[in-house]
Amino acid sequence: MSLPSILIQLLNGLASASSLFLVSAGLSLIFGVTRIVNFAHGSLYMLGLYGAYSLIEALGRTPLGFWSAVILAALVVGLVGVAIEVLVLRRIYRAPELFQLLATFAVVLVIKDVALFAWGPEDLVGPRAPGFGSVEILGKRIPAYDLLLIAIGPVVLGVMRLLLKRTRWGALVRAATQDREMVGALGVDQARLFTSVFFVGAVLAGLGGALQIPREPANLDLDLAVIADAFVVTVVGGLGSLGGAFLAAILIALAKAFCIGIGTVHLFGTEIVFSKLTLVVEFVIMGVVLVLRPYGLRGKKPATPRTSGEIAPALTSPRWQVAACWMVLFLVVPLLGDRYVVVLLTDIACFALFAASLHFIMGPAGMVSFGHAAYFGLGAYAAALLFKRAGLPMEAALLLAPFCAGLFAVVYGWFCVRLSGVYLAMLTLAFAQISWSIVFQWDSFTDGSNGIVGIWPSAWLSDKSVYYYMTLALCGIGIVFLWRVLFSPFGYVLRAGRDSPLRAEALGIDVRSFQWAAFVLAGMLAGLAGAAFAFSKGSISPSSVSIGQSTDGLVMVLLGGVETLTGPVVGAALFTWLRDELARDTQSWRAVLGLVILLIVLLFPQGLVGGLKALIGRWREARA
Amino acid sequence: MLSVKNLHAYYGRAHILQGVSLEAKAGEVVALLGRNGAGKSTAMKAIMGLLPPAEGEVSFAGRRIERLAPYRIARLGLGYVPEERRIFTELTVLENLEVGRQMPRPGVPAWTETRLFALFPNLARLRERPGGLMSGGEQQMLTIARTLMGNPSCVLLDEPSEGLAPVVVEQMAHSIRALKAEGLSVLLSEQNLHFSRAVADRAYIIEKGQIRFGGSMAELAADASLREQYLSV
Repeated sequence: MSLPSILIQLLNGLASASSLFLVSAGLSLIFGVTRIVNFAHGSLYMLGLYGAYSLIEALGRTPLGFWSAVILAALVVGLVGVAIEVLVLRRIYRAPELFQLLATFAVVLVIKDVALFAWGPEDLVGPRAPGFGSVEILGKRIPAYDLLLIAIGPVVLGVMRLLLKRTRWGALVRAATQDREMVGALGVDQARLFTSVFFVGAVLAGLGGALQIPREPANLDLDLAVIADAFVVTVVGGLGSLGGAFLAAILIALAKAFCIGIGTVHLFGTEIVFSKLTLVVEFVIMGVVLVLRPYGLRGKKPATPRTSGEIAPALTSPRWQVAACWMVLFLVVPLLGDRYVVVLLTDIACFALFAASLHFIMGPAGMVSFGHAAYFGLGAYAAALLFKRAGLPMEAALLLAPFCAGLFAVVYGWFCVRLSGVYLAMLTLAFAQISWSIVFQWDSFTDGSNGIVGIWPSAWLSDKSVYYYMTLALCGIGIVFLWRVLFSPFGYVLRAGRDSPLRAEALGIDVRSFQWAAFVLAGMLAGLAGAAFAFSKGSISPSSVSIGQSTDGLVMVLLGGVETLTGPVVGAALFTWLRDELARDTQSWRAVLGLVILLIVLLFPQGLVGGLKALIGRWREARA
Repeated sequence: MLSVKNLHAYYGRAHILQGVSLEAKAGEVVALLGRNGAGKSTAMKAIMGLLPPAEGEVSFAGRRIERLAPYRIARLGLGYVPEERRIFTELTVLENLEVGRQMPRPGVPAWTETRLFALFPNLARLRERPGGLMSGGEQQMLTIARTLMGNPSCVLLDEPSEGLAPVVVEQMAHSIRALKAEGLSVLLSEQNLHFSRAVADRAYIIEKGQIRFGGSMAELAADASLREQYLSV
């Protein structure tokens, strides 16, 4: 690569870094004070882009029109952030943190459909920034607007630092990040503080988006793509460190830019396509940083935040009478329903096991995973590849697939159990995203974005009902096995490790090894679910490894309730059915699904099953 | 000034406060005495709204406050100094004070940084020091100063002498007398009878979430069996 082209990639990377930093700074600020991981932050960025596009159209493509549009768009997005805080989050600050995550995810769904409705499905290419030409550097022409963007990053960093260090608001924000209850006891209205923090965080995201309008078309996939990037930047930089986020944004944007710039290189006789690495490179950086510095480049070991949260209630095993009723229902319904019902029930069985395995690690084992689809998808792909490429019989492929998924869980889990909390969740996301990009890009082996087709079950299973009963049996055994494990000494150790890792270690328990084992077990069973799912569809696509699939799993578990064993299963059934129904009947199924989730979150802050249990308990008390 | 009637509070299912009643009049220093786990800190938290009481009345400055959010209670002029100090460790002394700042209240002494540094001279030298880098005694002074920045008319002091060196305990007693001289009411929880005697006008004894004695310090001093039964370790 020549010097000028290196320079161009450098400037290009730095120009992207600014927006990435703005979004991440907002995310980090909101997380620090409210302890909410705002999944909707990428959606706010997306709204910033769309908003700027429309406002420029309205105000005219003059310098004044352009800059008013950018600033207005950022402020409007700030107000959207305020609306999210006031209408949704303020009502559930006392609910478990994961439930707040679920709520913000529901907001993602709603915003996506609102954007689809308002701006349509096509990418919208914005105008160039008026009044900005190009500058010649080392014989190459560089857009002057990029140079301005490069300057905006450090300026915003400086302004934010001043705000946090020199104003009363800043002191309150930093104090609340450490101990928000105490701040309240000193007479500060937390609700107003949180709203203001949401406003500032959302303005930063909206500004980050709006500033990119001359460089990047507005499109509907930005929400999850940007939130994944912002997670990575925040975690690499260290949660709560603005300077760290700035460094990380530059590091990651540069790495991406250089991967594109290097292109294809021949090294030792093999061809390495660096431009394909752009999808992976940031996650590799994150993996490396977290292993070397578990709290990010500039982060500190998080002070154990004071929460007024209550201790997780004891798990109870589902009563066999109830379980038997369900089993009868699952056995009989296909006899009465049509083919469509059988297919739906097969999906539900697969997702129930997927959700139960996710619940196993995030509930009793206390390790929240944002990337559980990795094991589901890799199990599915393993089954498909063993069947198609290795020529194994379908039954063998189905039964071997969980072990392949388990193998990945062994490797990924070894890194993940070294971390905890949000950091662990982000690392699981990173591994899932790496898996996804490999699957997505390795055309010659996985058929890339097309996915693998023609993977049908053996003749004796070809009838949909027969396949359903086989899936029901496999997944049922898997779920019951997970439940049994939770009431074995192994399960007790997991819960002890979650509730009090120090005390568990003082008792001579190697908590990490147990967590690792739990991680692998959950990965294997998710793999089984994925394999059964692949053969039921006859094909498998990279979306089974995607962030979307991982969040579906989270939604299922949280919807049903993380504190009960039946919760995830009920959540999986409800979510799968609801999505199916809505997708058939309405264009805006995402928005409706999002609103339903929000409604459930607001009405049953312990999840559906937990909420029902509480209701029944109250009814019994009232009668007694 | 502050009056508590029949207060009940729970941690989960554990019934911690079982009908606590007490009172602190304007300008009075009242001690709430009891052993570890007797319910002293819980009573403070329940009065402050940090642990919403299940039953009972709390009145402050003529208003019922048992259903109010902690920040509203604080804004009425009831200050709270927690047992574990809960200093904002990342913030400097001045910033810690800033977080506590509230509007002056008519008829109540108004505090400024300057006046607080006169009351706690140790803090004056540490203005720019992060809270996390201070000694236990300095932190205890800072947490009281921080609460005073809200210009309270009554302060809840949870175990102010706990874990402090004897010299610092002496300073603490001096500071509390200074607050009384300013006209503030103080309700302090203590295990240290000697310290309480040095500062308090009246005392209550709490045991297993119930008040077992209420009276003047002199009465308590005269009754050895009472002290034996509820306070000696």
